Amino acid sequence: MSATAPDPESPPSLASFGEFGGRFVAETLMPAVEELAREWPIAWADEAFRAEYSRILAEYVGRPSPLTPAPRLAAAIGGGEIWLKREDLNHTGAHKINNCVGQVLLARRLGKTRIIAETGAGQHGVATATVCAYFGMPCVVYMGAEDVARQALNVFRMRLLGAEVHAVHGGAATLKDAINEALRDWVANVADTHYVIGSVMGPDPYPVMVRELQRVIGDEARAQCLDRLGRLPDAVVACVGGGSNAMGIFAAFVDDPEVALIGVEAAGEGLEGRHAATMSRGEVGVYHGMRSLVLQDDDGQLQEAHSISAGLDYPGVGPEHAFLRERGRARYLAIDDEQALAALRLLSQTEGIIPALESAHAIAALEQLTRELGPEAKILVNLSGRGDKDMHTVMGRLDAESLALVERARTRHERAGEGAP
Amino acid sequence: MSGQAQPPSEREGRIGACFARCRAEGRAALVGYLTGFDPDRAASLEGLIAACEAGVDVLELGVPFSDPAADGPEIQAAMVRALAAGATLERVLELAAELRARFPELPIVLFSYANPLLSGARREPAGVAGFCARLRQVGVDGLLVVDLPPEEAAILREPARAAGLDWIALCAPTSPGPRRERLVRHASGFVYAVSLTGVTGAALDASSPALHAQLDDLRGRTELPICVGFGVREPAQVAALAPGVDGVVVGSALVRAAREGPEALRGLVASLRAATSRGAS
Repeated sequence: MSATAPDPESPPSLASFGEFGGRFVAETLMPAVEELAREWPIAWADEAFRAEYSRILAEYVGRPSPLTPAPRLAAAIGGGEIWLKREDLNHTGAHKINNCVGQVLLARRLGKTRIIAETGAGQHGVATATVCAYFGMPCVVYMGAEDVARQALNVFRMRLLGAEVHAVHGGAATLKDAINEALRDWVANVADTHYVIGSVMGPDPYPVMVRELQRVIGDEARAQCLDRLGRLPDAVVACVGGGSNAMGIFAAFVDDPEVALIGVEAAGEGLEGRHAATMSRGEVGVYHGMRSLVLQDDDGQLQEAHSISAGLDYPGVGPEHAFLRERGRARYLAIDDEQALAALRLLSQTEGIIPALESAHAIAALEQLTRELGPEAKILVNLSGRGDKDMHTVMGRLDAESLALVERARTRHERAGEGAP
Repeated sequence: MSGQAQPPSEREGRIGACFARCRAEGRAALVGYLTGFDPDRAASLEGLIAACEAGVDVLELGVPFSDPAADGPEIQAAMVRALAAGATLERVLELAAELRARFPELPIVLFSYANPLLSGARREPAGVAGFCARLRQVGVDGLLVVDLPPEEAAILREPARAAGLDWIALCAPTSPGPRRERLVRHASGFVYAVSLTGVTGAALDASSPALHAQLDDLRGRTELPICVGFGVREPAQVAALAPGVDGVVVGSALVRAAREGPEALRGLVASLRAATSRGAS
C-alpha cells in the first residue's frame, strides 16, 4: 500500500479563506459543526429568518445605529473628516448583540434548547444573556476568573439577566481559557446545546456566520456614508481582537478598492513586551478550531496576550483578517494601552462620547491615518462599544495627576477659545 | 531495531504485532496514557517506566499543549505542570527515545494537538516529511491528534503514513454512520472509539447498551483493532469492556495515580491489566 499517493477519497480541507480557517475540532463536535455549516446558509437565505432577525434588530436592539460626525475630534487630531458608526448605542452597549440575536435564532431553528457562550470583557456574555432572557432560554457563560475580577459589573449584569456565569481558573484564567471551557461544555452537551461564539473565529462556519451577522454594521454605514458624505469614505477603521466588529464593517466595503480597510489591534505594554498584537507578531497556527495567526512560542504553545482592554486580550484572530492582510486588502496597526487611554479621554472630551477601551484603540489610530491620508480624508470609524464597563479600569489608570494635567489643558484651550472672534 | 529478537512485520509494525499478541493471549490490550514531563522529566520517566513494566501494552505519550480543549481537568492540569517543567516536543521525543531503548517492542503513540506537532514540522529542515521520518527514527509508532479530523488531517496524516507511522483515528458516539465509514478508512494501527460524549476523564457507564452498540457498529466497519477510551478508570470497567474490543484506554486515572508516585501507578496498572482478560468477565 502506497501511503504517498494522494488518496482520491480524502475529504478536502475546509479552509475557508485561502490557507486560513478550517474545522480543527474534536471528532465529537464535528457533526454539530457540520450541521451548522449545512443549516446556516439555508437559514440565512430564508426570507422569514432574515425578516425576524431584522425585526428584532430594529425593535429590540435599536437599529439602525446612527452615523455621527466628530468635528471636534477631527480638529484635535489635525484635520480630516471623521464619522463614527455608533454601535455603542445598541441595546447592551456594543455591536456584540447583532451576532447573538442571529445565532440564538438559528439555535432555536435547529431545536437546541440551551445556549453557552464565552466572554472576555463581558460584552458578548451580557449580549448573549440578554438575548437568552428575551427568548426565555437557559444560558451558561464561561469567563476567565481574571476577567470575572476585572469586569465585576458585567458579571452581575449577566446574573441579573438570569445567566449562569462560570469562572474559569485554568490556564491564564482569561478569554482563551473561557473558550477552552466552553468547548468542553459543548463536547459534553452537543445534542441540545448551541455554542454562541462571539467573534469571527473558531471552526468553519463560525467566522463566516458571525461576519454575516455583523455585516449589518457595514451595510448600514455604507448607505449612511453615501447619503451623508455623498461618496464612500477613504478609510474604514475598526479595532480587532477576534475581529467581529471589524469584519462586520469591512464586509460592506471589501469590494470597494478605493476604500482602505484598517484594523487596529492591541499593542498592550508595547510590541516588545506583553501585548495582543496577533497580526503584527503572530505566526500561523492551529488553535480554537481554526488555522490563523496566533501568538505562540517556538514550540507551538499559545502565549498569554495582554491588553488593558479585556475584549482585545486574545492571542488569536479571526482567519478572514489573516487572509485580508495576506492579500493586502486590509492593513493592521497596533495601539498600546497608554495611547488607547489617551484616545478614550480625547473622544470623551471632544465629542461627549465615552468609548469602550476596545473602540478607543480605533480612535487612537486616527492621528496617524489623518497624517497619511491628508486633511481632506473622510474616515469612517466603527465605535464598537461604549465605555461604561471600563470606568473602573480607567479610574485606576488615570490617576489624579494626569486628570489634573487634562484639566489644565482644557482650561488653556477654553481661554484661547474666548479670545477668538 | 536490529537487535530485536522478533522484529515486527513491515506491514503491521509494533502496534499491529502487539494487538496480535494480546489476541493470542485471549485479552484486550491495555492502552495507557501519560503526559510527558508531568510533573518533570525525571519523575515522568520514572512513572512511564513503572507503567510499562507493570503491564501497559500500548503507550500513549502525551505531548503537552497549552490549550487542550478536548481534555478534561486531569490531563489539562498535567499538561500545565509539564509545560511549567520545561516540556517541549523535542524533550518529550527524548523520553520516547529512552523508552524505545528500554522497551524495544512497546508500541508508542504520540498523543497531542495539531499546533505543537505542526510547529515541530515547521522547524524541521526537511519539512513535515522529514519530521515524520525523524519521529519514526526516534521510535514513535503512531500519532493521535485530537483536533485533526479527517477533513483537516491530510497535511500530517499522509506524510506520517508515508514514513511508516500509524494514524490513529478517533471515532465519537456522535459520528454518524457515513462519517464512521470515512474515519476508519483513513485510520491505521487502531481505531479509538470515544466512549462518551464529553472530554477525557468524565464519568463512564461501561455497560451502557448505546456504547456497546457503537462498538459493535464499528466492528462491522473495520478489520483494524478497536480500542475504547474516555472515562475508563477502574478494573471493573475494563473487565466490562474487554470482551468486545481489542484494547481499553486509560488516561486520566493513570495521570492521577502517577501523582501519588510510581508505586501507586504500578498498582493501578497491574489491576487494570489483570482485568483485560476476556475470560475475566
